Amino acid sequence: MTKIVVDGTEVDVPADYTLLQACEVAGAEIPRFCFHERLSIAGNCRMCLVELKGAPKPVASCAYAVKDCRPGPNGEPPEVLTRSGTTKKAREGVMEFLLINHPLDCPICDQGGHCDLQDQAMAYGVDSTRYGENKRAVEEKYIGPLVRTAMNRCIHCTRCVRFLAEVAGVPDLGAIGRGEDMEITSYLESAMGSELQGNVADLCPVGALVHKPQSYEVRPWELSKTESIDVMDAVGCAIRVDAKGREVIQIEPRINEAINEEWISDKTRHAVDGLRMQRLDRPYLRENGRLRPASWGEAFAAIAARMKGTDPKRIGAIAGDLAGVEEMFALKSLMTALGVTNLDGRQAGEAIDPAWGRAAYTFGTTIAGIEEADAILLVGTNPRLEASLVNVRIRKRWRMAPLAVGLIGEAVDLTYPHTYLGAGPETLGEIAAGRHSFAEVLRAASRPLVIVGTGALTRPDGAAILSAAAALAKDIGAVTADWNGFGVLQTAAARVGALDLGFVPGEGGLDVAAMTQAGALDVLFNLGADEVEVGPGAFVIYQGTHGDRGATRADVVLPGAAYTEKSATFVNLEGRVQMTNRAGFPPGDAREDWAILRALSDVLGQRLPYDSLVALRRALYTAHPHFAGLDAVAPSNTVATVETLAGLGGAPDRAAFAPAVPDFYLTNAIARASRVLAECSSLARVRGLEAAE
Amino acid sequence: MANRRLAPAAEQPQSFAFSSENAEWAKGQIDKYPEGRQASAVIPLLWKAQEQNGGWLPQKAIEAVADELGMPHIRVLEVATFYTMFALEPVGRFWIQLCGTVPCDSCGARELKDYLHARLGAPGHVSADGNFSWLEVECLGACCNAPMAQINQDYYEDLTPELLGKLMDDLAAGRPVKVGSQIGRTSSEPKGGPDTLTDASLFDGSRVGAWRKRFETADSKQDEAGGKAEAASSEQRAAVDPKPARPDAGRAVGTATTDAPAQRNAAGETPVPAGAKADAADTTESTAQRNKPAAPEAIAKAEAAGAEAGTQSDLPRNEPPPQPVASGANDDAAATSAPQKGN
Repeated sequence: MTKIVVDGTEVDVPADYTLLQACEVAGAEIPRFCFHERLSIAGNCRMCLVELKGAPKPVASCAYAVKDCRPGPNGEPPEVLTRSGTTKKAREGVMEFLLINHPLDCPICDQGGHCDLQDQAMAYGVDSTRYGENKRAVEEKYIGPLVRTAMNRCIHCTRCVRFLAEVAGVPDLGAIGRGEDMEITSYLESAMGSELQGNVADLCPVGALVHKPQSYEVRPWELSKTESIDVMDAVGCAIRVDAKGREVIQIEPRINEAINEEWISDKTRHAVDGLRMQRLDRPYLRENGRLRPASWGEAFAAIAARMKGTDPKRIGAIAGDLAGVEEMFALKSLMTALGVTNLDGRQAGEAIDPAWGRAAYTFGTTIAGIEEADAILLVGTNPRLEASLVNVRIRKRWRMAPLAVGLIGEAVDLTYPHTYLGAGPETLGEIAAGRHSFAEVLRAASRPLVIVGTGALTRPDGAAILSAAAALAKDIGAVTADWNGFGVLQTAAARVGALDLGFVPGEGGLDVAAMTQAGALDVLFNLGADEVEVGPGAFVIYQGTHGDRGATRADVVLPGAAYTEKSATFVNLEGRVQMTNRAGFPPGDAREDWAILRALSDVLGQRLPYDSLVALRRALYTAHPHFAGLDAVAPSNTVATVETLAGLGGAPDRAAFAPAVPDFYLTNAIARASRVLAECSSLARVRGLEAAE
Repeated sequence: MANRRLAPAAEQPQSFAFSSENAEWAKGQIDKYPEGRQASAVIPLLWKAQEQNGGWLPQKAIEAVADELGMPHIRVLEVATFYTMFALEPVGRFWIQLCGTVPCDSCGARELKDYLHARLGAPGHVSADGNFSWLEVECLGACCNAPMAQINQDYYEDLTPELLGKLMDDLAAGRPVKVGSQIGRTSSEPKGGPDTLTDASLFDGSRVGAWRKRFETADSKQDEAGGKAEAASSEQRAAVDPKPARPDAGRAVGTATTDAPAQRNAAGETPVPAGAKADAADTTESTAQRNKPAAPEAIAKAEAAGAEAGTQSDLPRNEPPPQPVASGANDDAAATSAPQKGN
């Protein structure tokens, strides 16, 4: 620890801190444009200049280490002045230079109101210019469907370039030319290829890169901001939902060091227009083969008429990928009350039994825990598409120190170097038998990590593969009392919650595959499962938000609320319990999902014993206490679970692992309704075809 | 300097590949760098590609180099657009890079520029006969032979419009030309021949041991007197020809008068006390401040007058009234320098 005096306050900071960090520790605010905590230091904007006693000139505090400061003549600690006349004058000079070429178009700029340059010009700008020359004009660039450019405004901080090169690992942007002619662009103005490209617009301190879909729509002060949780994948990124009136306008990331740091994927961010399109805003009833709008009473009456006298063995319920814990709990309670055992929340057909233990279906290592791993084996997963922010964390780990990553499954670009081991389960067998060179790497690692994707589990031999992977993890010492190196990477936000609830077939119950067979059931209650094909025969009650595949097959459609329209609990892939918050109301006659089930239970004569969300949660927490621990990962006995899994045995067949997420941008009903994501998807498809050439 | 961008698609060749000889050479360059640092060879490879492609870099060559080195295309494009040594558009058989930086400019590069303008037209265009194209570039590091131009791989120095014209004619006609100085200087020797080490006594042996003898024979007192005289003369010089207190940076505020200790000493004045120095320290706050900050009463007065006259005050109103905002540094400097003066 080194002592340093900042504006007369002595602070004790680690020697490798920069002056900027030391100043922040001392409570001094340092303006900056190019510096960002999670990116490398560029030191090119010069806005963070401070006066360092003894230095002949002001120094850029972001790039000057505390250990490089000289002590005073009598060994006094070095002294930094952040509010002195020299500092202020230096910053005013920098600001004046920045504003030479920055256009005065704040009134038509989308960044207005949350612009770093605007804010800092209030503190360090002068009111008039001393330059009579013309401002520089730069052509707009096309860099993709999600980010609009206004390159006249660029101040060349290179945050976007560094983000794509360092965090996203897809170095598509660069600065061409030099001096006054420097311009930020992608190679020949091609679209950026990162699934995290929206973040560059967040990083841009000025209005040079702004979100294209929301451009010219709103000003930041018109928005009501609600902190919530994302459900586009199972990562559960922390988001802020910005709504204008009833309408959700944009989704921005919130900082959560344990999960997404401060990034979100493009799907998370740009699914918002999917929340407005294709919405179910009233109940529908199928009559003469066509769905017709109906009232809630008619819909419930039709369901009650159909359910009455039906054998509970011929009734089933499926929960989809976006269902909250509350509605699944209500649905399970209702079905149990009716004597139904045909329940399944594993829409994709994963071979996971919650009885094996929680570690069999969660990523117990935790996302932050990836940073401690020193060798990673990916089995049947492409984390870049299945859990983008997990991939960012693996890449972050790889950037910290050399990391051996092995991939079994589809050969993909993970954005960091990895060893491609093979396509299918036999490669896993070879490694387990020690016949593969990567086996030594795993054995030599002190904290190896085995990640199994759902692509490996959604097949008939899924349990055998899970067992083989668990046996390997046990064998290489990945699971010990102090290191949990075995995890399953879920892809659906609802899945871990469903498995925690035990939303799986009861005694003699049918699973998803059996329930969707033609003629298997008389009545099927479909809670937002849009990715299954329900065979003919059953009377399908679909409760969901969008007119997607599930609603098309339904006989009764009950309109529910999307994740931004209700407070619901979701458990992310780590097993972390998180809660969304309501940013707006469901459209039209749509209602919150638990309330629909509560009303339906009354009609069916099995009234659920809760009249409010609070009462429901009370019942939920009594039945499953760990849901009460918000933002926490309940500890689970991984050693015992892996032991159990390894003991399952079974013989995997030889088929190659199929990708769990074939199209990143179109994984759920909300995303499929989004025009923006549809455009992203077609671009990605073209890119994939080009790459295949 | 014009925007440096890739040539239009119509001028781009369909493909680019290193000739087998150049590919071999490129491999040698790449091998110079340790594993994982192959990207360091990007400039030599681009340079070779440009040479192979008749003096300019097409898009396909940039991509070929990027693929060869395992770099993203944009990274190589960044390098190629940064350096003027890479021509991104077709160039003439002779590509003239005329230095226009200060030393060359003050030695007459501007006339050369005018000449090239008149003869070849705007920079960056190939002349009709395909022989020439030209570009003004920044310093090429031959300032002592300014003004100069680089034509293809060679420097041609000490140019005048006539010499440059003749040089271009000779080049176009294929006549041999002289590389380097065009007025007969050998590399960067002084104009008009050597003018140092010309004293004959340097070479006749008469100086051997003279230096040592000086110390052996010199009287120590004389030496001391000599030293004192030297010190006195430098002091005198400082008093007569003072260096400015600080360079005139063209700031709106700043002082042109010099008040150096040597001057005061010569004028028989007393040294400036430390306190007075602190008072005189620069306490200006804003660079935009052209005049001394107006006192509030002055502003009020001017405003009253302006109101009467129906005009607006032109006194700065946006600035805070003057106040003794001695920065911490200045305070401390005064405090520490005072006792030193006392000693």
